[in-house]
Amino acid sequence: MQAITTALTATMGGLLLALAIILPVAGVLLSFVLGGRAAERIALYLMPAGLGVAAMIALGVWRSGAPLVYLLGGWPPPLGIALRADGFSAVMLLTTALVILCAGLFARANFPTPAGVNEARAPFAFWILLQGLWAALNMVFLGGDLFNLYVALELLTFAAVPLVCLDGRAETLLAALRYLVFALFGSVLYLLGAALLYGAYGTLDIGLLSSRISASPAVWAAAALMTTGLLAKTALFPLHLWLPPAHANAPAAASAILSALVVKASFFITVRLWFDVLPSLPVETPAAILATLGSLAILFGSVLALRQERLKLLIAYSTVAQIGYLFLMFPLAAGLHPWTADAWSGGVLQTLSHAFAKAAMFLAAGLVAETLGHDRISGLRGLGKVMPMSVFVLGLGGLSLMGLPPSGGFTAKWLLLMASVRSGQWPWAIVMLAGGLLAGGYVYRVLAPAFASADLSLKAPAPRNRERIALALALCAILLGFAPSGFFAFLQIGRPALTAIP
Amino acid sequence: MNTASLAGITGALLVGLGLFGLVTNPRPLRKLLAFNLLGSGVFLLFGVLARRGAAAGIAADPVPQAMVITGIVVAFSATALAVALLLRLFEETGRSTLRADPPSKAAGDGSGA
Repeated sequence: MQAITTALTATMGGLLLALAIILPVAGVLLSFVLGGRAAERIALYLMPAGLGVAAMIALGVWRSGAPLVYLLGGWPPPLGIALRADGFSAVMLLTTALVILCAGLFARANFPTPAGVNEARAPFAFWILLQGLWAALNMVFLGGDLFNLYVALELLTFAAVPLVCLDGRAETLLAALRYLVFALFGSVLYLLGAALLYGAYGTLDIGLLSSRISASPAVWAAAALMTTGLLAKTALFPLHLWLPPAHANAPAAASAILSALVVKASFFITVRLWFDVLPSLPVETPAAILATLGSLAILFGSVLALRQERLKLLIAYSTVAQIGYLFLMFPLAAGLHPWTADAWSGGVLQTLSHAFAKAAMFLAAGLVAETLGHDRISGLRGLGKVMPMSVFVLGLGGLSLMGLPPSGGFTAKWLLLMASVRSGQWPWAIVMLAGGLLAGGYVYRVLAPAFASADLSLKAPAPRNRERIALALALCAILLGFAPSGFFAFLQIGRPALTAIP
Repeated sequence: MNTASLAGITGALLVGLGLFGLVTNPRPLRKLLAFNLLGSGVFLLFGVLARRGAAAGIAADPVPQAMVITGIVVAFSATALAVALLLRLFEETGRSTLRADPPSKAAGDGSGA
C-alpha cells in the first residue's frame, strides 16, 4: 500500500513535468497566431528552453532518486490524471529535446520562409508540426494514465503523418496514407484494450492498475489488443510494411525524428504496459512471443536492408531491424532475477543510442542526397573525398548499429547479450550476433563505394555546417558507450521490479 | 436480454465488422469507413461500461463518457486527415488505391504481406 500512497501525491519539481508539455504546445499556438516567419523563430527559441527543462527534470529525478509526479489540477487518480517521470522517462525527454533541437537547426536550410512573403505553406506546416510532435512525445514519456497515453499517441500520429508528405509528391502521399491506416488500426485496438481494462478495474491510472490487476481473460484480451495496436505503431515485424516508404520519402529532418523518436514512443508505452501495469502476471509466454517477433524483425530487416538500392531506404530498413533488438528486452528484463537490471539498462540504452545514431545517419543521408542530387548506393563511389564528414557520420552511426565498441550500441547489445547468456536464453544471443554481422554487411555496402577512388560530380557544394549537426548526433551515440555506472543506476530509478512487493 | 448486453453485443459486432473491413479491403476509403465502424463499436462498449458502473451503485459513471467524447474528437480528426490525404492523392494521380505502389517499394515489401 505504501507504494500506492506515495504515487498519489505530487513531488517537488513536479511542475516541471507540466512545463515540458506546456512549452511546445504554447509554441504551436503562438506560431498559429503569429504566422510563418515567426513559427520558425519560436520553434528555434523554444528548443533550447525545452532542453533545459528536460535537463532539470533529469536532475530532479537524479537528486531525489525517485520518480517525479505531478497531479493535474491537484486531483489524485482515479479521477485525476498524473504525470510521472522516472529514469527512463527522463532520458527519453533529454534525447527527444536533443534530437529535435539538432533536426530543427538542420531543417532551417530546407524550410526557410522565402524573403518578401510573410508565410509559405511548407515551412509554416513544418515548424508547427515539429513543435506538435515534440509536445506529443513529451506527453507520451510523462503520461501516467493509459487513456492519456492514447490521446498522446494520436497527437503524435497526426503530427507525424503530414511530415511524411510535406512535399506533396504522389509517392509520399501514398506512404503517408499507408502510415495513417496502420496507425489508426493500431490506435483503435489500443483504445479497445483500454476500454476492457477500464471495464474490469474502473481506472486507467498505471499505478492503481498495477496494484489491482490479476490474471483474468479480460486482462489478457486487453493486453493482447493494446500490444498489437502498439506494435503496429512501432512497426515491429510483421507490421513494419508502412515504415520504409514513409521514413525514406520524408524530408531528412523529418525522417530523423520519425526513425529516432516516433517509433520509440509506442515502444515506450509497450514497456510501460508490460513492466508497469502487468508485472504481477505470468508474462513469460507473451514476452517470448514479443522477442520472437523482434528476432524475426532483426533478421528480415537486415536482409532487406542489404538488398536496397537507395541509401535512405537502406537506413529505413535498418530501423526495422534495430527495433527488433528493443523487443529482446521483454523476456530478459521481466521478473526479479540477477540479470534483469542489466537487460533493462541494455534495452533503454539501445533505445537511446539507436535514436542518436539513426537521426545522425538520416541527416547525413539527406545531405548526401541534396549534394549529389540522388541517393543511389551505386552512385556513391568517391563520396569519401567530397563529403568526408558525412561519410564519417554514416560510419559512426554504423558502428553503433553493428554493436562495435566504442558506442552506445555496443554497450546496449553487450548488456542484452550477457543477460541472455546468464539467463540461459541463448537463442536471443545468436540472433543478436547474426544481426550484428548483417548490420556490418549493410554498413559496408555504403562505406565501401564511398572510399573508392572515383570522381563525383556535385550538384551543390557540401554544406559543412549542417554536416557538423549530424556529426554531433553521431558523437552522442558514441559517447553513450562511455556512460559511467551511475548512468545505469539512474535508468533503474522508478523501475517497478525494484519497488514491487514480491 | 437487457439493454446493456444488447448494446455490448452490437458493439462487439461493429468491432468485428470494422476489423474485417479494415484488414480485407484494399481501398483506402473503405478502410476509412471500416475504421469508423470499428471506432463506433469501441465507443458503444465504453457506453456499456458507464452503464455497468451505474449498476454497481455509481450513478452513471461519467469517466467513460468523457473518454468517448475525446475518442470521437480524435476519430473525427483522423478521418478528416485521411480524407484530405486521399483527396490530394486523387488530385495528384487520379487514383485512390494503396495497391498501385511505385515499383521500387513493392519489390522490397513482397515478402511480408
